[in-house]
Amino acid sequence: MSMIAIEHLTKTFPGASAVTALADVSLSIESGEIFGIIGLSGAGKSTLVRCMNLLERPTSGSVRINGAELTKLPERELRKARQSIGMIFQSFNLLDQRTALDNVCFPLELSGMSRSEARKKALPFLKLVGLENREKAYPVQLSGGQKQRVAIARTLVTDPKVILCDEATSALDPTTTQAILALLKKLNEKLGVTVVVITHEMTVVEQICDRVAIIADSHIVEQGVVADVFHHPKTAEARQLITPKGAISEKSRIHGPLYRITFDGNTSDQPVVSGMVLTSGAPVNIWYADTKDIDGKAHGQMLLELPKDPALVNKMLAFLKSQHVTYEKEEAEYYG
Amino acid sequence: MAEIFTSAFWTQYGSLLITGTHDTLVMTIVSTFFAYALGLPMGILLSITQPHGILPHKWLNRVLGWIINVGRSLPFIILMVAIMDFTKLLVGTKIGIRGAIVPLVISAAPFIARMVETSLAEVDAGVVEAAQAMGASPFQIIRKVYLPEARPSLLLGGSISIITILAYTAIAGAVGAGGLGDLAIRYGYQRRTPSMMLVTVVLIIILVQVIQSVFSWLSAKIDKRLK
Repeated sequence: MSMIAIEHLTKTFPGASAVTALADVSLSIESGEIFGIIGLSGAGKSTLVRCMNLLERPTSGSVRINGAELTKLPERELRKARQSIGMIFQSFNLLDQRTALDNVCFPLELSGMSRSEARKKALPFLKLVGLENREKAYPVQLSGGQKQRVAIARTLVTDPKVILCDEATSALDPTTTQAILALLKKLNEKLGVTVVVITHEMTVVEQICDRVAIIADSHIVEQGVVADVFHHPKTAEARQLITPKGAISEKSRIHGPLYRITFDGNTSDQPVVSGMVLTSGAPVNIWYADTKDIDGKAHGQMLLELPKDPALVNKMLAFLKSQHVTYEKEEAEYYG
Repeated sequence: MAEIFTSAFWTQYGSLLITGTHDTLVMTIVSTFFAYALGLPMGILLSITQPHGILPHKWLNRVLGWIINVGRSLPFIILMVAIMDFTKLLVGTKIGIRGAIVPLVISAAPFIARMVETSLAEVDAGVVEAAQAMGASPFQIIRKVYLPEARPSLLLGGSISIITILAYTAIAGAVGAGGLGDLAIRYGYQRRTPSMMLVTVVLIIILVQVIQSVFSWLSAKIDKRLK
């Protein structure tokens, strides 16, 4: 049975100009997986995650977490259910007047534990996130990454089944982001906790998620295993996220056909583009490239303009095929 | 006014000034205590029943806001006279220290409610939301998030409230409540004793300075955001 099952979820914010933030969203997230929800600002992803613990009450539809239908629970039982759904935020949301350790104690105190007992239980969790010697520090004395670690320890201390991350790394620098993502991945593997990651950053999803859903304009437009969705996007919205809008402008003069080639980890350390150019004897124009090396394998995307001559194009595509690089023909307007 | 440096002045007025200072302090402290007993819960209620509060309640919020505004619109001296019968019913007298405390409390409570509301509004909404996400009840959010997080600001608000009440006690002095204000009016003004005016004014200034300094120091000391 899935850990999180969302069915036909709709959220409308009432008012003079009513806004539909989510329209008929259905999702199923399995126990123990790291599930990414990616979308541009205003797509509805934050509303979606806030509907998962009912910080935002859906207008219609059902939210089932760990077997319990949250929308049907009375207030008191909903609060109890929330204790097993952790949440971390972009702005950390620590209590400024409490030490790191006492922040971790907070959810335990809420469930009626005494401060001294809570401290005993909380300390190992600070160790788990690598902050064993900062227990007496106040949030103002901690860096952004350290604050997020405290926030993570705070969610773990009540032994949650699910951790919801609402843009949890968006306020952090790239190095700290890597460290926090690695920590989440480690906790997921070690404790088996289901993690839901809301982000607008592709790299976050690529790095830790098993599956991903793309949300655009209040709808889930595509979902599946990360590699499938990112390497073979089916919708314009997905393409836009993977190769950001603006790679090509209206003024860009494109003469030849555009091809998006994908490095999905199968290719070795061969210089593919140079090889293609040398083999065909014709130049290509690189409009966009975002590639990186993960564990010695190339990952990422490139947007290439190939020569106008179809014979040359066929030669190049044949070369790509021989290198096991996948490619797809693209229309310029997707990127403009 | 050179007479304030003579021992004759102090033998004549010394004990009056001591009693006056004592009465002012008693009125201020007792009134502040009861005004907070009323104003703090009112301020909390006002804050949490707002549209985006943790227990939104449109009508309760409006009614409460209206009562507070009415309470704050009445000048203290009018209020004091207007509720004299009520004061007598409550404490058995319309005058003196006890008679002054009732209007002081009623006048300061709505003021304090607004101060508390402002302090609680400074608490980061994200932190309140995090507590809700952890399953905190509204009562737990008030006790464990709002009040402790707003403590430095509440203390600063406290100093403003105390000083406001101190100023009101001087007005109460005008209708026979006792205290330094009473001395200033009776001796400084009515009996044309400028030295008494000067000494009472200086004493009030010193009280205000001491109260403000102590509270500012305390607020900074307990605020863990300042490190």
